[in-house]
Amino acid sequence: MNIKARVTGAFLATVLSTTAFNGAFAADDTIKVGILHSLSGTMAISETTLKDAMLMLIDEQNKKGGLLGKKLEAVVVDPASDWPLFAEKARELVSVDKVSAVFGCWTSVSRKSVLPVFEELNSILFYPVQYEGEESQRNVFYTGAAPNQQAVPAVDYLMENESVERWVLAGTDYVYPRTTNKILEAYLISKGVKPEDIMINYTPFGHSDWQTIVSDIKKFGSAGKKTAVVSTINGDANVPFYKELANQGVKAEDIPVVAFSVGEEELAGLDTAPLVGHLAAWNYFQSVDTPANAEFIKTWKGYTKNDKRVTNDPMEAHYIGFNMWLKAVEKAGTTDTDAVLDAMIGVSVPNLSGGYSTMMPNHHITKPVLIGEIQSDGQFETVWETPGLVVGDEWSDYLPDSKDLIADWRAPMSCGNFNVATGKCGGKGS
Amino acid sequence: MYRILQTLLITLCLLVSAHVTGPRAADDLGALVSALGTAKLAELDDRIGALAKSGDPRVIPVLEALGEGNLYARKTDGGVFLTTEKGASLVLVDPLTGSAIGEAPKGELQKIKVNNAVRRAVRSALGGLTLFSADTGARLKAAQSMRQTPNADALEAIEAALAAEKDATVRKTLDEARAVTLLVSDRPDDDKRAAIKTLAESGGREALGVLTSALSSADASLKPDIEAALQRIEQAQVFWNAGQNVWYGLSLGSVLLLAAIGLAITFGVMGIINMAHGEMVMLGAYTTFLVQDVIRTSYPALFDWSLAIALPLAFLVTGVIGLAIERSVIRFLYGRPLETLLATWGISLILQQAVRSIFGPTNREVGNPSWMAGAFDVGGLTITWNRLWIIVFALAVFAALLFLLKRTSMGLRMRAVTQNRRMASSMGIRTPFVDALTFALGSGIAGMAGVALSQIDNVSPNLGQGYIIDSFMVVVFGGVGNLWGTLVGAFSLGILNKFLEPYAGAVLGKILVLVLIILFIQKKPRGLFALKGRAVEA
Repeated sequence: MNIKARVTGAFLATVLSTTAFNGAFAADDTIKVGILHSLSGTMAISETTLKDAMLMLIDEQNKKGGLLGKKLEAVVVDPASDWPLFAEKARELVSVDKVSAVFGCWTSVSRKSVLPVFEELNSILFYPVQYEGEESQRNVFYTGAAPNQQAVPAVDYLMENESVERWVLAGTDYVYPRTTNKILEAYLISKGVKPEDIMINYTPFGHSDWQTIVSDIKKFGSAGKKTAVVSTINGDANVPFYKELANQGVKAEDIPVVAFSVGEEELAGLDTAPLVGHLAAWNYFQSVDTPANAEFIKTWKGYTKNDKRVTNDPMEAHYIGFNMWLKAVEKAGTTDTDAVLDAMIGVSVPNLSGGYSTMMPNHHITKPVLIGEIQSDGQFETVWETPGLVVGDEWSDYLPDSKDLIADWRAPMSCGNFNVATGKCGGKGS
Repeated sequence: MYRILQTLLITLCLLVSAHVTGPRAADDLGALVSALGTAKLAELDDRIGALAKSGDPRVIPVLEALGEGNLYARKTDGGVFLTTEKGASLVLVDPLTGSAIGEAPKGELQKIKVNNAVRRAVRSALGGLTLFSADTGARLKAAQSMRQTPNADALEAIEAALAAEKDATVRKTLDEARAVTLLVSDRPDDDKRAAIKTLAESGGREALGVLTSALSSADASLKPDIEAALQRIEQAQVFWNAGQNVWYGLSLGSVLLLAAIGLAITFGVMGIINMAHGEMVMLGAYTTFLVQDVIRTSYPALFDWSLAIALPLAFLVTGVIGLAIERSVIRFLYGRPLETLLATWGISLILQQAVRSIFGPTNREVGNPSWMAGAFDVGGLTITWNRLWIIVFALAVFAALLFLLKRTSMGLRMRAVTQNRRMASSMGIRTPFVDALTFALGSGIAGMAGVALSQIDNVSPNLGQGYIIDSFMVVVFGGVGNLWGTLVGAFSLGILNKFLEPYAGAVLGKILVLVLIILFIQKKPRGLFALKGRAVEA
């Protein structure tokens, strides 16, 4: 074949592929990214920030030249803290707006509500919040912490450094606290804690009268053994809870409270001076002293034009997830779901705490675990961190019906709940 | 030869310089303090112990600053300073002499990290150091910390302090501290028996904790004594627990009363199903936030007065908004309860989203003025100041409202219009005007409730939603149209809830209360205090 023929061939091929492309994607020069976070209703308090963070990340990427030579375009929808509406909006994003990936959800129930949609329409969801585990789905990437990346190390810290022997597990009454507390209870008992030294307490969403419970905690703590509270209290209920702790004089030196749902954002509504020393376990704190984090905070404050805005852990999770997706799309050379799903596993990107996070075959990522103490300025100070990265464990080893399960989405296994005891795919959650 | 001379000379120089720096190096305290700067978290415990052992009163401010996180080390030379924040820089003070060094930008200094273990070490070290302080308050604090963290080595110091102590309160605390410490020491059993008796008499949860932990390690001969003491304290606790439940119930009741009292006017008296009532509470809370924000930035000295300033403002703001809602929407819907319900529900959503757009979706910080923070003990009860003030405030609002309705001509008109609109109109009362004012009054009171609730709940756009159901519950339970019914209803629901909570848990407790109310309404559809007479039948 001579050169002329080759050039013509290439030219023809280009024309053909362009037409094909136009036919399939309706003449768009952008790659669309869906953002599925509540902007109204009860969850707006937490999720609006994540929407802003995603818009900032997309904006920054476009300044760097976009992805695959195209600009990224954010499609924002408002599921209004209404769980069935999450499924509807997800369907709209994937089938009407034709987004390549969706970043969104906060509560576990909203995630459960969109799962069938992503499975059916074969699209990708990045879920940025710490959750109860016991799930691994082909179309979902979990960039928040699994219980072994937050709850279990926090309990270890209290046991080793504060020699805590009595435990109050206090949570809001829904699936995340209940499952986490079930795992923690099994874990504590496996560590030799007596059942009478564990008190479990649930409260309704938005609970505001904490007098009885705080006084119960004080009573429970006066049995002559070091006591700590492990709090999975969610959202709005935290402010009155901490106010009551402060007013009844529960000091961190005597009964420390370690929280899994309280970050910089939640503390913004509180006078933290009486709370100094209470703890939180996360994979990221705004106070982490690394150049990447300093840059991120600067960009964030500039983007929101507000010097008082804080950053938090789920924002970092989106940062990691978004960069992983960029890398995977570049690796695959396309935004096609199946190709990206394959390319995602093994992708490694820098996180904000000075290391690298890697996407594991179970669709969870590796992260460091940090324990921070509340400071009087509303920030956390890291007092302990895991020596290395912790791999997210989707099926807890401490629950009897999930300890035999593993997830591995690489071929040939491609299974989210492989039972190593029976050697079959399928089991709980199938 | 030359070389030997040189060596001698150098040795001499070294000796001289060693001699010159000698007194400085001998200043152990300085070295101990700067050692804090280089210590790792785990080592701080020992270094604090070393400082405390010096017994030097100059150590006290250093340890206090360390505990509060105000002790910094300079990055360049490792010098340790007490600091106070001033804008972006820190004011440095020499830790031992207390003389000012000047200012330095924050970046040049590194905070000495502390954690709970270090804070505990600081607390007990300070306890030992201030036991003989001239200030009674400091001695009391020291005695309390000795009581909290018993340390057998401190026993003699406590006894010495006890012998010298004149103040009765401090003596009592020291006595208890001595008893607690005795139990962990190796004194003879008879002394311990006396200590157990002291603790049993003092009672309280702390004594309970100490005795329970002593029980496991005590000699067999002491065990019956400890068990008897425990039993005695527990019996006293049963009584105090009941008292505590009543108190918590009153406190919850006062919150319910505050939330419901505005609704008792708009729904109870006027019969408007006002779903936007919760949002009036929320707007009152946001007014408090705005007032505090202005005070924080411009008049920090007025902070303790912020609530007093916010109260009339919140009343005005929400009253005017209420007036606007009545004039623009509700007046067209009188006598159509279903449409009113839908319209006011729509208004509530609009107000919520408006606040969310203006102030953002996150919580806003509303601080406690100093007179509302903290708690005090009455016998075995812990009473928090903010709850106490809220009860007082709720009752004051109730009394004022009752006075307004029953003793003023405005109140007379309001009652006349609600009881028989046509008759009142024939008497020359401008009924639309009275309607608008009544609605504004109900909304304004909701706004004042918001000021109080901002002290215990979070100020977010969702604040009102949490109270709307409870408010309706109280008004319906107490009897529509009767203020006294609202009062009794609020307090009885509060106390009922708090007595159920310890047994049934918070979730089930709330459900049980709802079930009981449903049953009650089945039996008495008009609530606790039903209005009687022809006006009701009409």
